[in-house]
Amino acid sequence: MADPATPGSGELSGDVEDVLATARAWKREGRGVALATVVSTWGSSPRPPGSQLLVDGEGKFLGSVSGGCIEGAVIREAVEAIGDGRPRVLEFGVSDEQAWEVGLACGGKVRVLVERVEDPA
Amino acid sequence: MKLETLDALLAARAAKRAVALVTALDGHSEWVVEPGAPPSGLPADLLEAVRQALASDRSGVVEHDGRDWFVQAHNPPLRMLIVGAVHITQALAPMAAMAGYEVTVIDPRRGFAAAERFPGVRVDGDWPDEALERLVPDARTAVVTLTHDPKLDDPALHVALRSEAFYIGCLGSRRTHAARLDRLRNAGFDDADCARLHGPAGLDLGARSPAEIAVSVLAETVRALRRPEG
Repeated sequence: MADPATPGSGELSGDVEDVLATARAWKREGRGVALATVVSTWGSSPRPPGSQLLVDGEGKFLGSVSGGCIEGAVIREAVEAIGDGRPRVLEFGVSDEQAWEVGLACGGKVRVLVERVEDPA
Repeated sequence: MKLETLDALLAARAAKRAVALVTALDGHSEWVVEPGAPPSGLPADLLEAVRQALASDRSGVVEHDGRDWFVQAHNPPLRMLIVGAVHITQALAPMAAMAGYEVTVIDPRRGFAAAERFPGVRVDGDWPDEALERLVPDARTAVVTLTHDPKLDDPALHVALRSEAFYIGCLGSRRTHAARLDRLRNAGFDDADCARLHGPAGLDLGARSPAEIAVSVLAETVRALRRPEG
């Protein structure tokens, strides 16, 4: 972790929470870890490409990939990815059949890559 | 993502090196790319995408060889160097840290920079010009002078104007700022140099309290970073 006396020293491109350094710390604790990353957006969407959500095997999380609209669904997929190791690309938008459940109220669309952090072979 | 990839990203950030992470969306292929020393085997169009992502500080998907690749810009942290451990600084420093800036408060006056007035903030007791020479403002650095005292602010501005700092803001009234520009011209800086200064610092929000002024300065900094065309 960054030196606690210098908040902001760990942040990346203006992200408030230090997702990557926390991912490393969680791995060091022996936790299963997945990263969800916004890779593309269409229309109005709250978080730009590169925004990240960190999830552990129990669904504990840090960061965000939206304004809170799709985090629940992404966390469920991330926990599954920690279990099976298979990366997945998720798409969310108002045209999605699950729109009522996990769509974006803003009317945008996002594509999110979810992948497990792999231990060295 | 491989653990070693995560380590490479964290190492680049600690060393303030700009890198991009290139990830195939359909599988496990990934590269950490430093544009000056790209990995052998990286296709030229992906290297170009890395350069563009870092220059614009925008991440996105590009197509190569029928596959989608996500190019994620990992630029070094933003920094804000604040000259003057004054009342406004007590509001500006934590706000800027929250917005993602690595903040350093510079003030050689004993008592002003007392650590207890700036919990959790890096405080530097050197003379501002010496501190700035050492900290080397780059294109992801904002410099803000808040002392009102030419003995402290001006030497800092001399260093800032010779740097690539993306934002240079100076607190003070219009009259104070006009006098400041006269002094800088006498010191050999030209109109293009003076045009880089934001003075009086901050967007015109009608701010009154120290915290409100801090909001206006941080807002102007964000605009200079995200909408540099003005």
